[in-house]
Amino acid sequence: MPEAFVQPEDPSAAAAIAAIGEELDVFDDWMDRYQYIIELGRKLPSFPAEWQNDAHRVPGCQSQVWMEAVVRDGRMLLAGASDAAIVSGLVALLLRVYSGRPPAEVLATDPVFLRDLGLLEALSTNRGNGIAAMARRIRDVAQACTAAA
Amino acid sequence: MNMMTKNLVESGFDVQRIRDDFPILSQQIRGKPLVFLDSAASAQKPRPVIDAMVNAMETQYANVHRGLHWMSERTTDAYEGTRDAVARLINAPSRDEIVFTKNTTEAINLVAYSYGRGIMRPGQAVVISEMEHHANLVPWQMLRDACGIELRVAPVTDAGELDMVGLEALLVDRKVGLVAITHMSNVLGTVVPAVRVAALAHEYGAKVLFDGSQAVVHRAVDVQAIDADFYVFTGHKLYGPTGIGVLWARRELLEAMPPFMGGGDMIGTVTFERSTWAEVPHKFEAGTPAIIEAIGLKAAIEYVEAIGFDAITAHEGRLTDHALARLSAIPGLRVLGAAQDRGGVFSFTMQGAHAHDIATLLDRQGIAVRAGNHCAEPLSRRLGVDSSARASTGIYTTEAEIDVLADTLLRVREFFT
Repeated sequence: MPEAFVQPEDPSAAAAIAAIGEELDVFDDWMDRYQYIIELGRKLPSFPAEWQNDAHRVPGCQSQVWMEAVVRDGRMLLAGASDAAIVSGLVALLLRVYSGRPPAEVLATDPVFLRDLGLLEALSTNRGNGIAAMARRIRDVAQACTAAA
Repeated sequence: MNMMTKNLVESGFDVQRIRDDFPILSQQIRGKPLVFLDSAASAQKPRPVIDAMVNAMETQYANVHRGLHWMSERTTDAYEGTRDAVARLINAPSRDEIVFTKNTTEAINLVAYSYGRGIMRPGQAVVISEMEHHANLVPWQMLRDACGIELRVAPVTDAGELDMVGLEALLVDRKVGLVAITHMSNVLGTVVPAVRVAALAHEYGAKVLFDGSQAVVHRAVDVQAIDADFYVFTGHKLYGPTGIGVLWARRELLEAMPPFMGGGDMIGTVTFERSTWAEVPHKFEAGTPAIIEAIGLKAAIEYVEAIGFDAITAHEGRLTDHALARLSAIPGLRVLGAAQDRGGVFSFTMQGAHAHDIATLLDRQGIAVRAGNHCAEPLSRRLGVDSSARASTGIYTTEAEIDVLADTLLRVREFFT
């Protein structure tokens, strides 16, 4: 099976957030920015079909989001996908920030960056939004790892 | 000014003047003029509604039905005045048949509890349709599971119209105690032939309830002409506040039905041994009601009455024709439903584009639409779509806004082809 988990390309979660901000800043127009985000989603490693089930589903009624997390050598590795193009791009951004980081770094990295970058208006309140729910689940997994350690 | 706008102005309907009454509509969203096409979820509020609510709180506020003092009497008069306005709006025979609820959902739950559990018997059935909002589905499932009452679902045709033959087939065994159907679909915009549905239900001995949440906003509703038994709607879609809804039912039904909730204001006398109930409609209004919201609803009703439903229906009819023409000209776009009689609700899918993506991109251009299954999941399944985007119009919607939507959708389409 090809690797479904996202490998980190930036040295840290904070560096990934900074890099994403710079990349999005290149565009003046939100339509162009979304075109770029959709491209990022298309480049996500393919998410295994056998994981596209309720056990991997993140709740959210507007679009479907799936994710899987494992811990290898003290680092959390994440895979994810969505049936919506922009949401897939946002999944890619989340995974770029969080996948491959130690659980402690995941917990130290507030998902508020999604709001700061103008990508998500209501991070905690909009129950329909699968991305906010995915950010919460990533933190829950990290929490469980640190509690177990 | 084109001919269409000119005709509307001559008939006394000036959409620009109406827009001026809605303070929120002049806002810019992300640097673009707000194009609010989500009125089917909740409509914006005109100045008279806002003023009535603020004025009530500033000048004449107290609890209702309780005090003998000036403030309470003034407030009670204002609150009870809404009952008269609602009775006039839907041509109810009596103001005493108007029960205030929190919203449509509560009104249907009230009927499911007080009529379903109180009057219907196990072995009887309730009929709904395939195009119901969850509010007119889940309460009946709960009744079914608690009381052994069967739930039957009348089919809709591929065009998104109620299948009258299919409906009749569910009624012939005369086990159906209640037919509960939307008067206008919140997904397809289909206007259901209420008079025919009521006649059919009555022919087989069933009562009939209409969910008028959408219909009451767009059409003149006459519960006597329809020959309905129950009619429910909510205030916030009718340019009124949230937190106030309406149940109308025939007096003999309300009198036979047990109360829904117990508490203050709904009683005659109370001892530790037993209580007696107040007269209808107060029997169904336990506790301090939504006083300010009721006052706001009266202002909303007076607002739409002043414009007149002839003008509203004519304006929205033209908008609907324009929207259908523009949307159906977009390659790869599918408008759900094709009912002969439909109002300003347009759900659509676009080839290769998820509804969530469409809504996100439209939002960046200041256009507010809804995405998802619009609280009617079984209907989405019936139509074979996972989710759809929905644009819906109100009295303040302009043809220019429909053009902005269509032009932006053409741009969105380029993203996904």
